[in-house]
Amino acid sequence: MIRWLTIIVLAISTVGLGVWGYKENQDKNAVLIQAENSYQRAFHELTYNIDLLNDKIGATLAMNSRQQLSPQLAEIWKITSEANGDVGQLPLTLLPFNKTEEFLYEIGDFAYRTAVRDLEKKPLSEEEVQKLKQLHEQSGEINHELRKVQNVVLKDNLRWMDVQLALATTDETGDNTIVNGFQTVEKTVDGYEKATAETGISTPGTNQKFRYLKGNDISKQEAEQIAGKWLEKVKPEKITITQSGKGSDVPVYTAAFQNGERNGYMDMTVKGGHPLTIMISRPVKKANISLHEASNKAVEYVEQLGIDSLEMVESTQYDQVGVFRFVYTKDDIRFYPDAIIVKVALDNGEILGLSAREYYNSHTERQIDAPSLSEEEARDKVNPQLEIQESHLSVIENDLQEQVLCYEFLTTLDNTTYRIFINAETGDEEKVETLKQTEIMFDKNV
Amino acid sequence: MSRKVKIILVVSAALLLLPLTETTYVEPVQAFSNQVIQQGATGEDVIELQSRLQYLGFYNGAIDGVFGWGTYWAVRNFQYEFGLEIDGLVGPQVKDKLVQASNYDEGYVKEQIRQGNQFTHYGGTERNQQQTQQANQPSAAVNVPSGYSQNDIQLMANAVYGEARGEPYVGQVAVAAVILNRVSSPSFPNNVAGVIFEPRAFTAVSDGQIWLTPNDTAREAVLDAINGWDPSGEAMYYFNPNTATSSWIWSRPQIKQIGKHIFCK
Repeated sequence: MIRWLTIIVLAISTVGLGVWGYKENQDKNAVLIQAENSYQRAFHELTYNIDLLNDKIGATLAMNSRQQLSPQLAEIWKITSEANGDVGQLPLTLLPFNKTEEFLYEIGDFAYRTAVRDLEKKPLSEEEVQKLKQLHEQSGEINHELRKVQNVVLKDNLRWMDVQLALATTDETGDNTIVNGFQTVEKTVDGYEKATAETGISTPGTNQKFRYLKGNDISKQEAEQIAGKWLEKVKPEKITITQSGKGSDVPVYTAAFQNGERNGYMDMTVKGGHPLTIMISRPVKKANISLHEASNKAVEYVEQLGIDSLEMVESTQYDQVGVFRFVYTKDDIRFYPDAIIVKVALDNGEILGLSAREYYNSHTERQIDAPSLSEEEARDKVNPQLEIQESHLSVIENDLQEQVLCYEFLTTLDNTTYRIFINAETGDEEKVETLKQTEIMFDKNV
Repeated sequence: MSRKVKIILVVSAALLLLPLTETTYVEPVQAFSNQVIQQGATGEDVIELQSRLQYLGFYNGAIDGVFGWGTYWAVRNFQYEFGLEIDGLVGPQVKDKLVQASNYDEGYVKEQIRQGNQFTHYGGTERNQQQTQQANQPSAAVNVPSGYSQNDIQLMANAVYGEARGEPYVGQVAVAAVILNRVSSPSFPNNVAGVIFEPRAFTAVSDGQIWLTPNDTAREAVLDAINGWDPSGEAMYYFNPNTATSSWIWSRPQIKQIGKHIFCK
């Protein structure tokens, strides 16, 4: 009797388990197919977009009328950004697939610069036409390679999930058509990059950072001393110093210490021993001093950097810390790229951080010519509906990464404040920002 | 004030207090604390400042406890009208003038904020004409770095916590900085969500650890990175040398090691 019962129970549970397993498997497959489909979509869209891009660039080359050229370039710009979005969705990040994204960026950048320009006044130069031809050719070849991969994918029913697996199992050289196909595409682009660099219009350079640094190289011992000076209240023997590797934009010494709940960290340049980043971490208690008091501490602190004149342009309280932004000023001109940021604990006013990377990266004594536009003329360029509250002269970096001298106007319209930069040479509106730094408090524990 | 209006006032006040039960309503007498209030500050003093400025008609924005640009212009206009030095700072002189010239109904204001009502605090206008709409969360505001929302910060905090919760604080800031460096790089998607959810970019995303609840340290690290700290030295990648399986990642030029992570270009 018991035996029969056991058999029945076991039989039922086996069948039940089977049904359950089958359902689970089905669910899993559904999810896998879902994921696979979104990869497929991104990939096919990418090839389509590159194809379209190639067509459009070709058409641009044939165009003569300026009225058509600008919208066409804007269109190219739009397609590039879509193609870039598609690349970002493909599971290829750890393949060196950046080159294609960079290539797309380059086309987009070129299209944007030329689309926003008044081509009536400043038509495409001979160089730019050459560049466009080159881009056309490149996009054609990339398109060709992608189409080849796409063809194989469709013919052999290849699945992106397998690419995932191939990449995950470290065996990167494995025989995977998709991966290999993309590596070919990547190589094609890599070859182009060198060619493009020669024509002068290249991807945004990372090679010119920190080129104005002053001072002599310091030794490890000197670094230790400097660290002791900046990271207060720490015995020098508790500080460890390491030097940066070859990937660093600028050689730095890193000093770090750990002292119970307090730990600190500092980056300083080998050349000149300038502090780039300082961070002190410790639990911060409830705010006890006002933001204003903290801002005075911050002002005192940046004086130690020995920079002749810094102006505080922003102060913000985040719960129990205050963050203050300073910019370099000279002859009442604010240099926004030369920024220094300081963080102060509001429980006792201790300085918790300094970031001077931006300052040391770009600061140099620039030769600023007197503005050719008067302030009155610049004011006339501002939308008359805005009420101008404050004005300054300032140097900013515009969309094209050029430093330009501008009249800066703080203006209001109803309850909104806008910051407007009018180029002091050309009168162009370089930048319009909505100054909004607050948001209704949402529940932190969403 | 007519009798009728008075009755309406009392009734509406009673209605307002109903959900409170047993809380006694005390008319406040104290004014500002003795700190100097400046732009960017948050807290009770700012609520009082905004209420008083609104009472006098200088401030038309929301009373939310954050000294933003709207409040700044209101303070300057107030200083101008009252013949004070125009610097946008609220020191003892400004406070004295404000307290003399205006009334501050602290109980009313705080209650409105707590209930999430849209309300105003103009002098000479009846209270019940100054409040509308019930929301279910407090209508106070917080400072956010320009260009980021609290939800972006939350998402990044999730990623940082999932990726680097055992790391020293600087290491966490560095991971957040890498996310931001990727956002501004042409080789990666150009928004936070795009970078974080890019397939195979972060292990915490693929194994689901990103959905752990982040602690305040991760959040603070993200805020620091957004505000401009980058201890990674503008790195684009990082990896843990003990667990990294890809040989490609070793070929990247390395910048430095923080905690267990090696940061590279």
